[in-house]
Amino acid sequence: MGKFDGKVVLITGGARGQGRSHALAFAREGADVAFCDVASQLDSVPYHMSRPEDLDETVKLVEELDRRCVAVRADVRDREQIESFADRARTELGRIDFLLANAGIFTFSTVAEMEEQTWTQMIDTNLTGVFHAMRAVLPTMIEQGSGRIVATSSMAGKMGFANIAHYCAAKWGVIGLVKSLAMEVGGNGITVNAICPTGVDTTMIQNEAAYKLFLPDTENPTRDDAAPAFQTLNAIPIPWVEPVDISNAMMFLCSDEARYITGETVAVAAGSNAANAG
Amino acid sequence: MAGRLQGKVALVSGAARGQGRSHAVRLAQEGADVIAFDVCRQLGTVHYPMATSEDLKETVRQIEELDRRIVAREADVRDSAAVQAVVDEGVSELGRLDIVCGNAGIAGFSANAWSLTDDEWDEMIGVNLTGVFKTVRAAVPAMIEAGNGGSIVLTSSTAGIKGMARTAHYVAAKHGVVGLARALGNELAPHSIRVNTVHPTGVNTPMINNDYIGSVLADDPEFGANLSNALPVEMVEAVDISNAIVWLCSDDARYVTGVALPVDAGFLQK
Repeated sequence: MGKFDGKVVLITGGARGQGRSHALAFAREGADVAFCDVASQLDSVPYHMSRPEDLDETVKLVEELDRRCVAVRADVRDREQIESFADRARTELGRIDFLLANAGIFTFSTVAEMEEQTWTQMIDTNLTGVFHAMRAVLPTMIEQGSGRIVATSSMAGKMGFANIAHYCAAKWGVIGLVKSLAMEVGGNGITVNAICPTGVDTTMIQNEAAYKLFLPDTENPTRDDAAPAFQTLNAIPIPWVEPVDISNAMMFLCSDEARYITGETVAVAAGSNAANAG
Repeated sequence: MAGRLQGKVALVSGAARGQGRSHAVRLAQEGADVIAFDVCRQLGTVHYPMATSEDLKETVRQIEELDRRIVAREADVRDSAAVQAVVDEGVSELGRLDIVCGNAGIAGFSANAWSLTDDEWDEMIGVNLTGVFKTVRAAVPAMIEAGNGGSIVLTSSTAGIKGMARTAHYVAAKHGVVGLARALGNELAPHSIRVNTVHPTGVNTPMINNDYIGSVLADDPEFGANLSNALPVEMVEAVDISNAIVWLCSDDARYVTGVALPVDAGFLQK
C-alpha cells in the first residue's frame, strides 16, 4: 500500500534529473504518472538538455514499478502543448491530483551583457512555463475539489546571485505566483507551495558553464574542482543535495500530512537558507 | 542651495505622469537632469486610460520650469532597440548617467490566475518584469564605463513581497523584479552602483485612481477591504515614493544596496 494509491501526478520536465526522480518516487507510492519534457536543445542553454531517449527511459522505469505512465514531448513555453498534455493525462489516467511544476533551465550572463534570447528563454521556461502548467490543471482540480501544486523555485528565488539575474527574476516570480494562487484556491481544496533547493546533483549544475559561475578563472573546471565552491553555500558540509531530497519534500507537500500548508516556500537547501534574511 | 543630486543625470521609465513624473520632478528639484520615456499609448490588455504624448510634454514643462535639462522620448520598455536609443541619446546629450528609476508599469485584475489570457500574462510580464530588465540592461554599460558609481531603484510593490489574489501576473512580475535587483546588486557592487527596490502600497495615480479599478473594488468589497493600510490613509501620494527614491539615490544612502524598502503605510505589517 502506497500513500498515493489511486492518485495521478503530473510533472513537467520529467525526462531526467529532478523530474525523473519525482516520477519514480511518486510511482513507488502508488501514483500513476504523466510527464512532459521538451526533450530538445534550447539555443541559450550551454549544457546538453534532455533527449527523447531520456523520456523513454523514465517511462520504462515507471512501468517497471507497475504504474501507468503517459509521456508527452511538450514545451512548457507553449500553452497549447501544455493544455493538450494535461488533457491527455486526464483522459488516459482519469484525474489530476498533483502538479509538480519542475521544468527549468539554467544559463549564465551578467545583466550588462545579456542577450535578448537568454532573458526570454529563461523567463518563458522558468516562469511562464509554471503559469501554463498551473492554468492547464486548475479546471480539473477545481472540479474535483482537491489538488496539490508544488512548483520548483530555488534559493535563487530568495536571494540574488551575480551572473544569473534572469534565473533569480524567474524564480522570485514563481514564489509570487505560488503565493497568489494559494490565496485564490484556498477554498477549493487545493494547496500551492514552492520548494527552494540549493544546488542539486543533476546535469543542470554538473556542467562546465555552471562550474565557471564559481570558478571563473579556472580552465576546464571539473566536478571535483567545483564541489568545494558549491559547498561554501551550504551550512551542512556537502556540495549539493540529491534529486531524491527534493522528491521527498514534494511527497510531503502532496501528502495528507501537509493538508494545511499552503502559500509556503520550503527550503531544501542544506542550510544555505539559514544565512538569508528573507 | 545645491541639491543633493546636483550634476547627476537620472533615467526614468514611465515618466509621462503618475509616479514616474513625480520621480522626475523630485530628482530635478534636487539638481538632477532627466532622461524620461514613456510608451504614451494604450496597450491591448490595459483597462484604464494610459498616459498620452501630452502627459509627457507636461513632464518636460515641469522639469524645464525647474531649470533642469530633460531628454524625453516615446518608447515602449518592451522594445530593446527603442529603450537603448533613448539611453544613448540621453547620455550623449546630458553627458552621463547616474540614476535609473525602473518605474514603468501596468496594473490588471482577473477573476483568478487560471482565467488570465496569454495576452494578459505576456503583456504584464513583458512590461512589469522584462521591461525593467531592458531598461537596466540599456543603462548599465554607460554607468560602468563612466566609473562614477550610481544608484538603480526598481519599483516593485507590496505585491512583490506578499501574495495577493486576482492579480497573479502582477504579483509574479513584481516578485521577479526583486530577484532581478538582488542579482544585479551583486554584479554591480564592485562598480559602486547600488541597486534597491521600493514597494509602494496603493498610490494616488491614474493607474489606481480610475473607473476600472474602482469597479473591481466595488464588485468585490472584501478584496478591497484586504487592501487597506495600517496607517489611517487610503492611499499614499506619488511624492512619498519619490522621496524614498531621492534618499536611495543620494549620498545619504551610500552604503544601502540590496534593500527592499516598503513605502506602504504599514500595509505589510498587518
